[in-house]
Amino acid sequence: MIDFPILSLLVLVPAVGSLLVAVLSKRQPDLVKAAALLTSVLAGGLSLWALFAFEKGSDGYQFVSQHSWISEWGISWHLGIDGISLFLVVLTGILFPLVIAGVDPHHDHKRYLSWMLLLEAGVMGSFISLDLVLFFVFFEIVLVPMYFLIGGWGYDQRVYAATKFFLFTMVGSAFMLVGIIATAVLAKADNGNITFDLVKIAEHGGLATTTGRWLFLSFAIAFAVKVPLFPLHTWLPDAHTQAPTGGSVILAGVLLKLGTYGMLRFGVYLFPEAAVWARPVFLTLATIGIIWGAIAATMQKDLKRLVAYSSVAHLGFIVLGTFALTTEAVTGGVMQNINHGISTGALFLLVGMIYERRHTRQIAELRGLQKVAPVFAGVFMIVMLSSIGVPGLNGFVGEFLVLLGSFPTARWWVVVAATGVILAALYLLWAYQRVFHTEPDEANSSFAELRAREGMLLLPFIVIIVVSGVYPKPMLERIEPSADRLLEHVQEHSDWQVPVAESEGGEG
Amino acid sequence: MGVLAETLQGPEIVWSSLSPLLVLLGGTLFLLLVGSLTPQWPRHLYGAVSALTGLGAIAAAVALWHRVDVDGPTTLVADAARLDHTTLWVTIAIAAAVVLVSLTSSDYLVREGQDSPEIYALYLMSAIGGVTMAAANDFVVLFLGLEVLSIALYVLAASHRRRVKSQESGLKYFVLGGFSSAFFLYGAALIYGATGSTNFSRISETFTTVVDSSRRHEALALAAVALLSVGLMFKVAAVPFHFWTPDVYEGAPTPVTAFMASAAKAAAFAAMLRVLVGTLPQWADDSRPVVWVLCALTLVGGSTMAVVQTNVKRMLAFSSVSHAGFMLIGVEAALHLSTPGAAAGHQATLMYALLYAVLVIGTFAVVSAVGRTGDGATDLAGFRGLGRSNPVLALAMTVLLLAQAGVPLTSGFVAKFGVLRAAVQAESYAIAVIGMVSAVIAAYLYLRIMISMWVADAESGDDGREPVVVAGATRLVIAVSVGATLVLGVAPGLLLGLVP
Repeated sequence: MIDFPILSLLVLVPAVGSLLVAVLSKRQPDLVKAAALLTSVLAGGLSLWALFAFEKGSDGYQFVSQHSWISEWGISWHLGIDGISLFLVVLTGILFPLVIAGVDPHHDHKRYLSWMLLLEAGVMGSFISLDLVLFFVFFEIVLVPMYFLIGGWGYDQRVYAATKFFLFTMVGSAFMLVGIIATAVLAKADNGNITFDLVKIAEHGGLATTTGRWLFLSFAIAFAVKVPLFPLHTWLPDAHTQAPTGGSVILAGVLLKLGTYGMLRFGVYLFPEAAVWARPVFLTLATIGIIWGAIAATMQKDLKRLVAYSSVAHLGFIVLGTFALTTEAVTGGVMQNINHGISTGALFLLVGMIYERRHTRQIAELRGLQKVAPVFAGVFMIVMLSSIGVPGLNGFVGEFLVLLGSFPTARWWVVVAATGVILAALYLLWAYQRVFHTEPDEANSSFAELRAREGMLLLPFIVIIVVSGVYPKPMLERIEPSADRLLEHVQEHSDWQVPVAESEGGEG
Repeated sequence: MGVLAETLQGPEIVWSSLSPLLVLLGGTLFLLLVGSLTPQWPRHLYGAVSALTGLGAIAAAVALWHRVDVDGPTTLVADAARLDHTTLWVTIAIAAAVVLVSLTSSDYLVREGQDSPEIYALYLMSAIGGVTMAAANDFVVLFLGLEVLSIALYVLAASHRRRVKSQESGLKYFVLGGFSSAFFLYGAALIYGATGSTNFSRISETFTTVVDSSRRHEALALAAVALLSVGLMFKVAAVPFHFWTPDVYEGAPTPVTAFMASAAKAAAFAAMLRVLVGTLPQWADDSRPVVWVLCALTLVGGSTMAVVQTNVKRMLAFSSVSHAGFMLIGVEAALHLSTPGAAAGHQATLMYALLYAVLVIGTFAVVSAVGRTGDGATDLAGFRGLGRSNPVLALAMTVLLLAQAGVPLTSGFVAKFGVLRAAVQAESYAIAVIGMVSAVIAAYLYLRIMISMWVADAESGDDGREPVVVAGATRLVIAVSVGATLVLGVAPGLLLGLVP
């Protein structure tokens, strides 16, 4: 294994960059932006390096870095990635430089960029922590920059939305913190001593059934708020609508994934028995979320709110896959994390561009844009099709794997959830039709075409959408072993039996 | 005379073991005598003497710490006081509060044109009372400490001569404080009736060595526990004994408020641990439910009432009530005597008291600066647009508020983590959950202040108030407080190994 502390750097580089940007002079906006961009590109480069150095086919944690931190309490600086977290790290590494380069805030670049980089450090840390307290530290830290980004650079209702976001998430993590401490104290996984090391606790097992279920619930609430799972999703449309474009992209792209990732890593892995026990509830909530999100999206008059509700529906699929507990479904769920991050991130960018041009997001006030901006419309179409899950684009692979993999273990839920795919086509195509078709009226006839810089920003998204849709094998190869191992772990520690699949899910 | 000298033999006193107290006393006398006999000293000199005295007390306590390491805990002055790590820990916390508050006060008093030695003498006097409370091994000594601490604080609260609110605050605190001291004294008297002694060591011996149950007076002892608890709960501002807190905190000069929230709380919690856990463990099963209920009320009550305030000092008053609730979580855990939570609860309470002291003094130092002349602008509107006009000050305040909310990588998180861990080890899950939920409610209050500083429009804040000026000493205090908050938040191991 490589000695180079690549994972520690993934956290430290943006954190140091954030401080650096904070102390630079406000009067040199170019220098500030260059510093921020350089830091985020550096972190992105590190994440890509991790991607290429990642040993495929291996199911363990790689690039592990372990140091004692608060040894009196059994808390350590334990980092590592496996197939489940690898692509989330890469997604984070790619999205941040794009957002920093492509979306300028309206004012106060310096503070905005400083918060952005701190956010990146927090998100990275959450995805690579293998210590419960360390994870919690990053998970909570993320709230602060996001709160300030929404509150400082958002739209009219920003204070309300930012506060709602902060408090909703904090209520969830309040329960999780007590749960984390109780898990460590009760498990005593380090030869009878208290340790917060995720791997040690999970492999040690030894929690009584009822205790494990309570503890699982305390974690699950935090993640359910973050995902967000129906009925805890009400903060999301507000936060998304009010956040600045860059904030929305990050929020949808990576922040929500903290919830779905947490469900897998700290829910299913840590409390396999309880996860199996709670399956029906989570499958049901996920399915309700899929349908509810889709119906709510159909009704929206605001384009950004529509995309926000579509997120609720899409994340429902990921949770469905997680709790279906088969290799295909879990792999599909992990993959869907990335797909949703890419396609919804791109959608928010496009909506942001529309807002910049027209200063409205109301669907009723937009029409006929295809006539005046055909390239823009084309890009929007591709991204939208990816979000719908049309075969050949990335959205299809994940969603299909989730539905396929869930069918043997969660048949009736899948039957209902599959209609969500149709509904997704309905609300997105209808929105497209209203915004881009027919003749532009006077206000819309001056709608500017896609600029070169915007095109450059969107190009990476389109490339990922197409490439991973046509050739998902490299991704699947890296995710599947870890998903497999997770399910073996679940089978060992509970009475769950993963049905034997007839064919290896991997052809996409 | 000769007969008297024979019968009244003074106890043997190891003076060096009392060195922190003696340093504080020396500073007090110096300021009072020399300060009142000489003409007005140059600016900030009174404050500097007071701060140096505090530093001296810290140095003396650190020196004693090593002696206790070697020789183990001892009792002093004929068993009246105790020298152990708990005493020294609280001494250091109180002395640190003296240093920081003296520096803040120095700027405050110069700004208000009231620079004079007696304020600092009162801080030092009050600190002597606090240290005595923490060291007490006898109810009489504890009461003495409590009174010295309190009486100095009553005067301090009323010390702004031109503000009616300050006078009112002093009077309110005095009347209610006197009332609660009476409760405490009555409790001590009943303990004497129940056990035949006021000495902590002898009281606990009565129940460990003397099996004779006829010497137990259950009813008296239970009444005593209740009355003593009232006295101590009043000092830490636990609900429902908190009614004085908002008015007194708002009315008192801001540095005095900081001193009340830090030093007085630390002393009272040390005393509470000594009395309820150390001296009266036989009644732990009786006092625990009471502490549990008060803790829950304090947590929820403090944070909910904080949210509806519009004055920052009142907000922070209720927030300090809610923090007292968190420390009570630690006390509650410490009362689960036979679990690992007992030791953890003791440690966590003391840790919380120290970390909160540093944190809250920094916060009030910012409030003092933003309050401008006359302490007038402490309403939420006074903070509006601070992020634009004084970004560094606003950033410092943001860090301190986030720490109070318990965000990770700050000392506030370490403190909360400690008490929650103790509660979980004592299997008091419910109180841990109540604590975290009330932390979320309280977070809303800190968010409101932050919104006011950063998000609210600067134009609306520009309503002709004088600009915020942060003088040198206050700057130092804020820097030290923010630094300690961050350093101990990232590396709590520096202190965790030491806390008794």
